Amino acid sequence: MGSNLSLAYLMLSAILFVIGGVGVLIRRNPLVMIMCVELMLNAVNLSFVTFGKMLDDVSGQIIVFFVMVVAAAEVVVGLALIVAMARRRPGATADDLRTLRG
Amino acid sequence: METAVFIVSALIVLAGGLGVVSSRNPVHAALSLIATLFGIAVLFLNLGAELLAVVQVIVYTGAIVVLILFVMMLLGVDREEDLDTEPLVGQRLLAGLVGLLFLGAMLAIIIIGKDAIVTGSRSVTGALSPTVSNITQIGTELFTTYVFALEVTAGLLTIAVVGAVVLSRRPRDLEPIPEPESMTDMGDEPLTAIPEEGAH
Amino acid sequence: MVGLVWLIPALPLAGFLILVFFGKRIGEPRAGWIGTGAVALSFVTACVVFAGLWGEPEHTYELSLFEWIPAGNFSVDVGFLLDPLSMAMVLFVTGIASLIHLYSIGYMHGDSRFPRFFTYLNLFVFSMLILVLGDNLVLTFLGWEGVGACSYFLIAFWFEKDENASAGKKAFITNRVGDWGFMVAIFMTFFAFGTVTYTEFLPLSPGLAETTATFIALMLFIGAIGKSAQIPLFIWLPDAMAGPTPVSALIHAATMVTAGVYLLVRVNPIIAASASWIPWMIAIVGIATAFLAATIALAQQDIKKVLAYSTVSQLGYMFLAVGVGGYSAAIFHMITHAFFKALLFLGAGSVIHGMHDEQDMRRMGALRKVMPVTAVTFIIGWLAIAGVPPFSGFWSKDDILAYALHKSPILYVIGLITALLTAFYMSRLVFRVFYGDARWGESAEGELANLKAHTTSDVAESDDHADAHDDAHADAGHGAVHPHESKWPMLVPLIVLAFFAAIAGFLNLPFTHNLEFLNNWLEPVVGENQADFDLGAFQLTFELALSTTIALLGIFAAYMVYLKNKVDPRRIELPFFANGWYIDQSITKFMGGIGRKGFELIAMFDKVVIDGAVNGVGRATRGGASRLRAIENGYVRWYALMIGVGAILIVAFVMTQVSL
Repeated sequence: MGSNLSLAYLMLSAILFVIGGVGVLIRRNPLVMIMCVELMLNAVNLSFVTFGKMLDDVSGQIIVFFVMVVAAAEVVVGLALIVAMARRRPGATADDLRTLRG
Repeated sequence: METAVFIVSALIVLAGGLGVVSSRNPVHAALSLIATLFGIAVLFLNLGAELLAVVQVIVYTGAIVVLILFVMMLLGVDREEDLDTEPLVGQRLLAGLVGLLFLGAMLAIIIIGKDAIVTGSRSVTGALSPTVSNITQIGTELFTTYVFALEVTAGLLTIAVVGAVVLSRRPRDLEPIPEPESMTDMGDEPLTAIPEEGAH
Repeated sequence: MVGLVWLIPALPLAGFLILVFFGKRIGEPRAGWIGTGAVALSFVTACVVFAGLWGEPEHTYELSLFEWIPAGNFSVDVGFLLDPLSMAMVLFVTGIASLIHLYSIGYMHGDSRFPRFFTYLNLFVFSMLILVLGDNLVLTFLGWEGVGACSYFLIAFWFEKDENASAGKKAFITNRVGDWGFMVAIFMTFFAFGTVTYTEFLPLSPGLAETTATFIALMLFIGAIGKSAQIPLFIWLPDAMAGPTPVSALIHAATMVTAGVYLLVRVNPIIAASASWIPWMIAIVGIATAFLAATIALAQQDIKKVLAYSTVSQLGYMFLAVGVGGYSAAIFHMITHAFFKALLFLGAGSVIHGMHDEQDMRRMGALRKVMPVTAVTFIIGWLAIAGVPPFSGFWSKDDILAYALHKSPILYVIGLITALLTAFYMSRLVFRVFYGDARWGESAEGELANLKAHTTSDVAESDDHADAHDDAHADAGHGAVHPHESKWPMLVPLIVLAFFAAIAGFLNLPFTHNLEFLNNWLEPVVGENQADFDLGAFQLTFELALSTTIALLGIFAAYMVYLKNKVDPRRIELPFFANGWYIDQSITKFMGGIGRKGFELIAMFDKVVIDGAVNGVGRATRGGASRLRAIENGYVRWYALMIGVGAILIVAFVMTQVSL
């Protein structure tokens, strides 16, 4: 596998990361925002594995494991927050929650 | 062959990603996400990370996305979102600008830097071995070199579960979240009341 | 043994701390005993230290406790300088303070803030000891401000009455003027010497430029006249009599008001290095104050006011002594004055107590029959202040007058006239209070009405007092006054003080050099700058005889006027004197008229420019914040966007740093 293909992986990872990031910035549905965060995490995972391949090191893949665990934890807590929020105010978007502003 | 697989998978990944961002219906977004995650799993296989590919399918698509869909159905928050209006003035423009600048910077670094963007020593933890299976290698490293991180991860998961239970517990007195106030106080009133003449 | 010197101020401080935290719970009378015990122990420690000080070279001992204000070149340590001067001060301050504490237990009996009173008294003693023991100007200033604050608390101790509260404020504000001078002097001293420690800068003073020395001396003098109630800042002291009588005795007669004299004696090398008009000015201000206050004392009806003006007058003598180079004489008079004036004030307090808070001498008389101990001790104090040999006041006053004569005969003559006035007004006080007819009870009202009818000129002040007292009497019922002798805690201090007022003169007898104990003791501190002369035997005899004659003449004149009624007292008690030369009224008039306009102008400046600047800054901050607040709008997506902007900035920065 040539190095050019590795760079292509990295570029794909960058594009996917930006797509996810822009999604977080412009979507208002909290569930969709969480999905966008997942996109960003996956982009990073892809780059980790690619880096591991480029450096011929197994730790690139191991770190992805930990990222997945963190992602799972994040989804669990995030969904719990959404449930709690929806109980108090059904149909609320992220924009409606700004009473904590300065 | 690898290149062909990469191109196909990359297209699926990008299409899925754009689908997540642009679907009005959150259910469609979740389905697009599944496509993306599958594409990435294929890319993992392509990169020789067989275990990760399998875990990706089982954990992400099998657990996380299903969980998201489940919550969506449970709460009935699958209403379509109005993507034509934007309450925050300039948010989209700025978001697009930020995204483009970031993407431009990243691509510039990758294209200009080529292989030099990866720095550091090679094979510090252990070289990827073609003979030993991927699963064996990762398992060995996880339970030797990274055993402490693994234990901490277990703690993190426990805390997350407990936190989720506490957060989603049905409280006895539900207080609705108040409507945000309008920001009319611009702080132009005088600091101190001007003392009246002869008051002292 | 001298190492115990830190214990001297520490004990009153400990008393203060105990009383301030647990005073209410301890209650009466134990709070009083704790306060008294702390000061008495301090006195015992002082005696032990005194014994130890004999063994030190030059009778001087320095103890540095810790570094207090280290700031570059400028460093102030908390340290004590124990030399003959501060030792003498410490001994008489703690001694008299113990007695007055004991007295206060009796005097303040039944007061609702009894523990508070002792809290303040202990704090005062602590501050006073810091003032005299401090080894540098800043520490002295700390004590100086401490005694000022305690003085303010205690003058206004019965703050329920407006007069008392405003008397406290008057004392405080007048003292501020002096404190300003003291502070400027400290700055200037540091500027000139680079240090404010006495033992470091005083030996350098002779080499100081004359103008610098003059300026420092002038500023210290301004500080001293504020604290020691000299012209023109003496107006606060008579009003300070609004406080409880033990306070008047301790703070406004014996100790605090002498701090100014102490300060001037302490810095005597600076005065010696300054222009020659500085000592002259000190002497003239002193003698003028002595004379002026004595004339005012002639016409006062309030027993404490007489003593207050008398204090001002005696302080004037001490300043005169400083001005004419008789530093040891100033300290000598300070000590004897502390004894007899504390005695007189406590005696007056005993009278006031026995008369149920009556202070007007027109309602007293013939009290020696009902208050024998008070009367006898008071008479000793009277003889001492009047200058009758062999009581203490005679020797110390004569010492000062001898120095005055050495400087200028005019000062001597005015000093003698003042001595005559002193003997006269003190005799008037004694005759009015302890002799003559009893004017309290039944017989009082008729005579008072008579007096009032004639005294058309006895304006504002006396009328107010009479009215106030009439009210008090209306409450108590007419003729209900039954004077009685005070209890033992009040009498013991009187007896002890009377003993010392009688014999303190033997500290410094002028006959032979060996008998001048105090002069010899103070030699290391003031010796170099002390005016040096030798009185011939003839001149000494002449001066002593003249002083005695003058004193007896004053007493005799008062006897003729007030007991034999040969002369109408109203021809002496001129309203001009009764109103204190209209100085207070003039100040009021000035402040109400021209002065007020000026102050209003300043207040206007303050309001427009200073307040404007302050409020402007505040408004600018608020205005800026209200616009910046738009950033913190509560939209989580907006925050995320800001994170993105930050990330781009970081990436951009990294890219500029890395050359690919």
